[in-house]
Amino acid sequence: MEKDTAIIVKGIGKRYKIGASQERQDTLRDLMVSQTQKFADLFRKNKRRSSTQEIWALRNVSFEVKQGQALGIIGRNGAGKSTLLKILSRVTDPTEGFGELRGRVGSLLEVGTGFHPELTGRENIFLNGAILGMHKKEIEARFDEIVDFSEVEKFIDTPVKRYSSGMYLRLAFAVAAHLEPEILVVDEVLAVGDADFQRKCLGKMSDVADSGRTVLFVSHNMSAIQRLTQESLVLDKGTVLMRAPSGEAVDFYLNRGLSKVGERYWEEDEIPANSAPFKPLAIRVVNKAGVVSDSVRSVDPIMIEIDYELLEDLTGLRVGYYLNTTRGEPVFTSFDLDDEALFKEYTGRPKGVYTSRCVIPPHTLNEGRFVLGINASSYMVKRYFQDDQALSFSVDASGAAGTHWPEPRPGAVRPALEWTIEERGRA
Amino acid sequence: MAETKTLTSPQVVTIKPSKGWLGINLRELWQYRELIYFLTWRDIKVRYKQAALGVAWAILQPVLTTLITSVVFGLLLKVDTGSDLPYPVFTLAAQLPWHLFQLSLQKSSMSLVSNSNLITKIYFPRIIIPLSSVLAVLVDFGISLLLLFGAMFIYKLPLTWNALWLIPLTLLAILAALAVGLWLSALNVQYRDIQQIVPFLLQIWMYATPIVYPITIIPEGLIRNLYSLNPMVGVVQGFRWALFGGAAPDMSLLYSGIAVVVLLISGLYFFRRMEKTFADVV
Repeated sequence: MEKDTAIIVKGIGKRYKIGASQERQDTLRDLMVSQTQKFADLFRKNKRRSSTQEIWALRNVSFEVKQGQALGIIGRNGAGKSTLLKILSRVTDPTEGFGELRGRVGSLLEVGTGFHPELTGRENIFLNGAILGMHKKEIEARFDEIVDFSEVEKFIDTPVKRYSSGMYLRLAFAVAAHLEPEILVVDEVLAVGDADFQRKCLGKMSDVADSGRTVLFVSHNMSAIQRLTQESLVLDKGTVLMRAPSGEAVDFYLNRGLSKVGERYWEEDEIPANSAPFKPLAIRVVNKAGVVSDSVRSVDPIMIEIDYELLEDLTGLRVGYYLNTTRGEPVFTSFDLDDEALFKEYTGRPKGVYTSRCVIPPHTLNEGRFVLGINASSYMVKRYFQDDQALSFSVDASGAAGTHWPEPRPGAVRPALEWTIEERGRA
Repeated sequence: MAETKTLTSPQVVTIKPSKGWLGINLRELWQYRELIYFLTWRDIKVRYKQAALGVAWAILQPVLTTLITSVVFGLLLKVDTGSDLPYPVFTLAAQLPWHLFQLSLQKSSMSLVSNSNLITKIYFPRIIIPLSSVLAVLVDFGISLLLLFGAMFIYKLPLTWNALWLIPLTLLAILAALAVGLWLSALNVQYRDIQQIVPFLLQIWMYATPIVYPITIIPEGLIRNLYSLNPMVGVVQGFRWALFGGAAPDMSLLYSGIAVVVLLISGLYFFRRMEKTFADVV
């Protein structure tokens, strides 16, 4: 291992046993049953392999990280990101492979790990600090800083079970942020708290990255990845697809549609009988390249497609969607007959299969996750079908207006507005 | 930002699949001594939080069990203590180490599962969890010892230098609890049946220990020797001897000691072997 290498990983793999066998042995009785079966199998000619299923959550992962480098790790859920971090922080053993880490490793797989609700804020700072690997003296030295950062000094001697969830998270992050290991492993901790606090966290994270520490950073927030890391790994199905400068890696990840499906089909039993003659088939989000994707970019046009079938001729039908944030705040509502010309043309629709398409223009949505609800109705006559949680998708704002500043912007929309600056003479 | 000392001389951590049986890494355990301290401290702090009587429970529990057994076995069943000791003192001297053992075993066998949030998120030597839960019980025990000395004062029983033997005997009791706790906590990660079994195990174990009755009712010879394999027999007999004199501990204490050593070493190895799967299974 060379002097300036902080992390080296060679051929790391992790196998999990899933399915029947694992569950079957969760109680002693089941263990006895399965052992008896194994014993019985000994006397059979054809040894039937037990139905144990194995999956490789990670396979053949190799990479190196130089000291002081911040490396991002991106990939959809189940790509193996968390497993990789767990192995690197030694929470779990790899099944195969080898790795070396130079220096103290601090892992932030979840803020507030080990917080005890009955203990006060002060007590939890010490407990949590110790759990995260700080020495008592270090915690004492940074105690005031931590309390300051968390903004809960008034309640520092109150049990944390009486804290609001915001206060709790702030305190938890404050402790974690003051951990100063040589290698910091971070998993999605930025997804907490209000916008104000997120900004503070992000600032703290870039401090850490700038101070020469080695950082491994997992996030679904592509702008945060681009702000905080120089290079990123793209993981898919447990293997490293690419390693590239973060901008390139993010582009690759978003455009390949590696993110989750971004499409929803309705099964027969999900459709209420009274929705006939309207029958929803599918809703999907399509990116600029025409690929169905769960994660789209704010700077590209975003297409929403709704497939449906009319079992009879219908008059006055309109099909559309509600767009909400995941917190349930409405962003806008739109129907396929909003345009007067289309409204006249499609007042009556003969039976058949249809697709209604809608393009959300570039520079409309802010980063975040959005929920699509679908509605098919005749105004003031009948609501045929409604599903408020039809599909969700993520918007990545990289490149959008103002993203050259590393700060989250509140609000669901992020328009690129026209500004002019006029110099009115000098004083 | 303060530069940490280790930056100049960083330790290299190796990650690889661990195979087979692993010994215990005492050096690493020493590095984590502050975590042991804080987890013990947490367990102590939390135990009596929001209980109106607070730490008084550490005394009340042995008092109440002593009261119950004194009424049932002393007063109603008229169990002969085999000496001129008053029954309440006779049983209290045994209840205290037993209570220590029972609580330690209960807490440690559940410890891994109740700390699963730590195990799945942070690395540290896993043995710290059952260890600190046993250490936390020791504080209760210290408090309840005061009760015993009070009772001896009331019954005008003198305290002698022999009482110093309580220290190694207490150590033997917690090592016994830790040894069994290591086995049970590791098993409980995979098989939650352990949770159901522990109360019964403890009940059987209590009646297999001379707490409510004197050891003299167990026939001497082979049966007594087998009986003494129960580590708590040696501990309880030792406690009575250290406090009230009488028959000095015989070979039974040695058998108990050997049983503890065997259980502890096997427990440590078993624990270390299971350790690597804790985070995946718990």
